[in-house]
Amino acid sequence: MKHDSLGTGLLWIGPWLLGFGIFTVLPVSLAIYYGFTDYTLLESPIPVGTQNYERMLNDEILGTVLWNTAIFGVLSIVFGSILSIALAALLSKPARFQSFWRAAVFAPSVLPLVAIAVIFKLGYDPDPEVGLANQMIDWFTFGAFQGPNWFGSGFWAMTALLLMSLWSVGPAVVIYLAGLRDVPKQLHEAASIDGVGPVGRFFHVVLPMISPVILFNVIIGVINAAQVFAVPLIMTGGGPERSTYFHSMYVYDQAFKFGDMGYASALGVLQFAIILTLTGLILLAGRKLVYYRGA
Amino acid sequence: MNQVHESNSARTTGFRVLLYSILGMVALTAFLPIIYMVGFSTGVADPTAPFGQGGAGETVGRTIENYQAVLTDENTDMPLYLRNTLIIAILGVGGTVISSAFVAYGFSRVRWRGRGVAFMTMLATMMIPFPVVMVPLFVMFREVGWIGTFAPLWVPAWFGNAFSIFLLRQFFMTIPRELDDAARIDGCGHLRNFFYIILPLSKPALLVVALLHFMFVWNDFLGPLVFLTHRDQFTLALGLQLYLSKLGQTPWNLLMAATAIMTAPVLLLFFIAQRTFVEGISTAGTKG
Repeated sequence: MKHDSLGTGLLWIGPWLLGFGIFTVLPVSLAIYYGFTDYTLLESPIPVGTQNYERMLNDEILGTVLWNTAIFGVLSIVFGSILSIALAALLSKPARFQSFWRAAVFAPSVLPLVAIAVIFKLGYDPDPEVGLANQMIDWFTFGAFQGPNWFGSGFWAMTALLLMSLWSVGPAVVIYLAGLRDVPKQLHEAASIDGVGPVGRFFHVVLPMISPVILFNVIIGVINAAQVFAVPLIMTGGGPERSTYFHSMYVYDQAFKFGDMGYASALGVLQFAIILTLTGLILLAGRKLVYYRGA
Repeated sequence: MNQVHESNSARTTGFRVLLYSILGMVALTAFLPIIYMVGFSTGVADPTAPFGQGGAGETVGRTIENYQAVLTDENTDMPLYLRNTLIIAILGVGGTVISSAFVAYGFSRVRWRGRGVAFMTMLATMMIPFPVVMVPLFVMFREVGWIGTFAPLWVPAWFGNAFSIFLLRQFFMTIPRELDDAARIDGCGHLRNFFYIILPLSKPALLVVALLHFMFVWNDFLGPLVFLTHRDQFTLALGLQLYLSKLGQTPWNLLMAATAIMTAPVLLLFFIAQRTFVEGISTAGTKG
């Protein structure tokens, strides 16, 4: 097989390479630079050393948004993973109209985030005549319990966001389904012959076999959770009392509400650093916990 | 598709009943937000309900007039937002498909030193969160006078999208190499091989990329929020948020009708191309 020249290769990936330079390398470098400046857009950036990063140490709001983002990230990934693996296991059972069931589970994930946020905002209305959530609590408990005032307290507002995040597990389910399909049938049979029940087979055969897929989904989950923005902005506006105020919202507000481009850039760099660190740690942990068939 | 076959003993009627009731409940729960939206959007608001609450609450009949009311509402301009979204989507979809396919060919069929490193670098860029580049991009686009135009929302698409390139590359790798070798022996260069062999065989994958980008544009909220300045340029996502912010003046029924108008095209598109779509996503997830 003949090799092509470096020039030919670069020519083919040229569009991406150019875009990589203009829309990735340049802005990321600028963000790192702006992070060390005082920049208000009205005048050129003024270098201020590590002032923006020192400011982070005493920034209580930053503490709040990091905590909120972490809580939301961890819980949405844990619950989302459990639900999506369970749904994938369910959908892998032979059944009639299989593609319909799969499409149904995926469908909510294609809804625009803004649309789904508007729907759930109404759905969480505390009045059971309006809000679906409290209406259902009313029905299922025969009126014994009254649903909470969802956006009235930090706990319930966060719970509301976590619950609704479960409607967007579609892509993860599809990926798990493909993972389950690749589990060799002989392993199932061998375990059955050895007297392992379905639960035991799930934990000792299926889970290890799909662990690389779990790793992949967790990393995607971290990247997405770190950037949650539109839904809380529309549903709660970050409230009450900043209990659903997330990192990306804070970056946006610092930049475009307060015009502090320098601090906003530093906050963005922090977000990137956190994502990189977490991904690294997860991959490292994955080396021990994940079973790779090829290796 | 090879399914996991249950042993015969488990295949009792009881098992089937349980399976289908769970499936039915799951599907119902999944559709619940959509059913709720449609229900509300077709409701006639109780005229005695307090207007400050958005006139929600008891509905006193069914109508599709809410949809007409939204399309002609003075507080919003849905037809304009729809037009804007479509312009950005079409320009962006064209760009993503063409450029990503080109680059994916360079990452799969052209053999060159450093390809692996470049490919890994490209994958790594998917980890960069938008808020990091948000401020610099705003500054850069302002420098060239693009703030308040559609350009920041579709021009970058012409430089390939990492996920689309990855997806197409995975697909190109599954096309037997003998095909290109035969073409090459016949004197085909890369360009002709790309256009006459690879692209015609990759229509489903190209469709997935087009669909994904269309949905991305349709859903994108932060991009338009940062780069668009005037209400006349708003996309549907921004328009809906604007409409929501006028809640005091907008009854929930109309808001839900607006939401339904925004949601219907993507749902329709999804159900038409459902198979292609789902397969595209699972390819990307497992063969990495």
